Amino acid sequence: MKRPGHRTTRRDFLLGAGALLPASLLATRLALAGSASAGSAGGDGRFVFILMRGALDGLAAVPPVGDPDHARLRGPMAVAGTRLDDTFALHPAMRFLADRYAARELLLVHAVATPYRERSHFDGQDLLETGATTPHALQTGWLNRALSARGAAGASAAASAAGATGATGVALGANVPLVMRGPAEVSSWSPSRLASLREETLQRLADLYAGDATLAARLADALASDAVAAQALGDESMTGMPAPAGAARGDAGDMESGKATGKPGHAALGETLRAAAGFLREPQGARVAVLETTGWDTHANEGGSEGALAQRLGALDGALGEFRAAMGAAWDRTAVLMATEFGRTAAGNGTRGTDHGTGAAAFLVGGAVAGGRVLADWPGLAPGALYQGRDLQPTRDLRALLKGVLHDHLQVSDRSLDADVFPGSAAVRREQGLLRG
Amino acid sequence: MDPVAAAMATNRYGLGARPGELAGIASDPRGALHAQLAGGPPLLSGQGLVDGATALARAESLRESLRAAKRGGQADAGTAFMKVGQYYRPLFVAEARARLQCAADCERPFVERLVHFWANHFAVSVDKALVLGLAGPHEREAIRPHVLGRFADLLRASTQHPAMLMYLDNAQSIGPGSRAARFARSGVGLNENLAREILELHTLGVDGGYAQADVTEFARVLTGWSIGGGRGRLRGGEPGHYFFREALHEPGARQLLGRRYRDDGEAQGLAVLDDLARSPATARHLATKLARHFAGDVPPPALIERLAQAYLAHDGELLPVYRALVDAPEYWAQPLPKYKTPFEYVASAYRALAVPLPEGQRALAPLELLGQRTWSPGSPAGWPDRAADWDGPSALLKRLEWADQLGQRLGAQRDAAGLAQEVLGGALSAHTQEAIAHADSGAQALTLLLGSPEFLRR
Repeated sequence: MKRPGHRTTRRDFLLGAGALLPASLLATRLALAGSASAGSAGGDGRFVFILMRGALDGLAAVPPVGDPDHARLRGPMAVAGTRLDDTFALHPAMRFLADRYAARELLLVHAVATPYRERSHFDGQDLLETGATTPHALQTGWLNRALSARGAAGASAAASAAGATGATGVALGANVPLVMRGPAEVSSWSPSRLASLREETLQRLADLYAGDATLAARLADALASDAVAAQALGDESMTGMPAPAGAARGDAGDMESGKATGKPGHAALGETLRAAAGFLREPQGARVAVLETTGWDTHANEGGSEGALAQRLGALDGALGEFRAAMGAAWDRTAVLMATEFGRTAAGNGTRGTDHGTGAAAFLVGGAVAGGRVLADWPGLAPGALYQGRDLQPTRDLRALLKGVLHDHLQVSDRSLDADVFPGSAAVRREQGLLRG
Repeated sequence: MDPVAAAMATNRYGLGARPGELAGIASDPRGALHAQLAGGPPLLSGQGLVDGATALARAESLRESLRAAKRGGQADAGTAFMKVGQYYRPLFVAEARARLQCAADCERPFVERLVHFWANHFAVSVDKALVLGLAGPHEREAIRPHVLGRFADLLRASTQHPAMLMYLDNAQSIGPGSRAARFARSGVGLNENLAREILELHTLGVDGGYAQADVTEFARVLTGWSIGGGRGRLRGGEPGHYFFREALHEPGARQLLGRRYRDDGEAQGLAVLDDLARSPATARHLATKLARHFAGDVPPPALIERLAQAYLAHDGELLPVYRALVDAPEYWAQPLPKYKTPFEYVASAYRALAVPLPEGQRALAPLELLGQRTWSPGSPAGWPDRAADWDGPSALLKRLEWADQLGQRLGAQRDAAGLAQEVLGGALSAHTQEAIAHADSGAQALTLLLGSPEFLRR
């Protein structure tokens, strides 16, 4: 419960009395202000990466309805959606995205994969997040290294911006996922239902962490993010909850909310993406946000045009609609990329679901995207065309897509992309023309 | 007397000290840990705790009566789901609350930590609503009885528990050549989810040397491992209990992981599980996870090797492995290497403050607020176990806000400086001591204790 009279404590603390924090700390982490360098680095693009953990069924989300084998393989699970071209349709639950496709703001990529060719979620997600070619080879994420590369390139231009090259990236959750971890300063933010700490207590905690670099950095990052979020959204929507602090919510939606996993669930996706808009749309806001989603691992009772997966896709689609509205004019500078660790089996399994597969689908949507098309070298679903006789054969490297976006939208150089962001990927040519020129 | 070792024993191996606990073990901290291992299995029972079979049978009969009502045009499918949820939710709350209560009170916190470790190793996640009422029974019925026993028994009990069979979709997996498949409509068949996760997560580990062909073959082996008391194809057996359905089982000998398993019904799968439990790859996988959990995010390879050897030398007996953990010199070299998970943090705060848990579901609110709702890791891999997974900026701020709430509530009645000595003892730094001593109020002093670097780690 917010205490009246303390409504703006945290923001005031940071922006005013916050000078009491160790100066070096605060300078690097007022953070989200560091992105003043953005304009001078060329371009002012905003980028959101949405991780779809659990292996999204690309053949349901973007069904190849024109492929003669599709209906045979999927049987009653076959999805009939919004027709996109001769081969592909979009799942009917994704109505907002269908509109974006019509407006040429949605680009779909199909039969795409990271270099990973096994079927472990956890190793697959490791590659999706690190950008490496073997699991557990790197401890940092490609998105963080891309931010580092930008920071290095723009350092001189940014020097005038209060010396801050700090956090231009924010994780929308309590913790920072691997894709966003690394040398570049990033923060995390998630809505809190507890009362804010008193200014004096925050100061004592900051002093208490003086000898502990990790905790000191985490605290300062958190406060900086909260300040920016509060500024953008207003205090009420950040912390104002009708329930008393500490009380559990008893509604049925609770179980599906995903609060449990520390990641926003589908019910909370809209709220979280609106908060992301708060960070991203402001001139001094973050450039990059990352959001984790779960629940795509549809081994049983997946459904088709309707059903379990349809509901999840619909929830995500609705949240994206809210995000666009909250971004306002900044939507035109925005690209949202949604990707998953691998696809699912071409055929349904014995329990009306699908098992772990290989080739997947990815989404790129935003006002900055040159969309209205599906990028695919479609391998087909004929028996001989399937990977190991069971999965969609990948014909495109996801890294080409990621490199194209990072280059055109966030001005990361080819040299950095080939060597640092995706080590050893020089042979993977970045995709050109993903964004409006 | 070794106050530093006592603080390490209660924090790294335990759930944080209750007042008086440090003094009680200071003369022989390691001996105290060994003594905890000596007792019987850490069973848990209590009011409101219903066994898994009863809960599942009741949920199934609810579903059935709703199906019947629906056939009569009286209800929709969504209602059935809601009714089962309404039945399961209080069971879940009672189970999760009993677990937290036990963590806050128990006299054998090291053993309790081992329960949590193995429950997380064999994770079932209640974000799959079908298992909401079964995750607690899974821990009490499949994990707790075997935590101090053999890994092979743990593996079998967890694999055959209805919670696991439903969570990883094996209960309805059907052999394509089985009797049931011959009479069924098209489209029924294998589901390889459980087979894959047993190999990848529960036994060999992802680099343990298996291929897709082994996964599929193992899935065939496991067909028929199901639950009693269903309808139609799934008729027969005790409702809510594990039941082997011969009619669903894929007949024939199977070849996997370089061995041949003869056509032997249920025993075929038991033989595979036993071989998996004995594999050196399994020993290394388990040793690595245990070492990381108790010693630090990057455990020394020599230590992993010693634990794996202890496992193999005793045919998968777990006590020798735990003893090697306690005796490992590496463990006692560095005071507080791990960042507490939200559950460990909340449990340790309750232990330190010795306050009763809030009533009912309110007791679980802190776990949810801090990002670790009980039995909800969201994936069969369980909760992650490295600092970077838990120490995000926003996560820290939430801990501090919760700590402050406790401080406001209890600070006036507590001597935080004395309490810091009682619960952190030899791990308490002069810097933290000083900060607590100079706090501007009792509330703030308690917030600083609970927010201190020493209290955030274990």
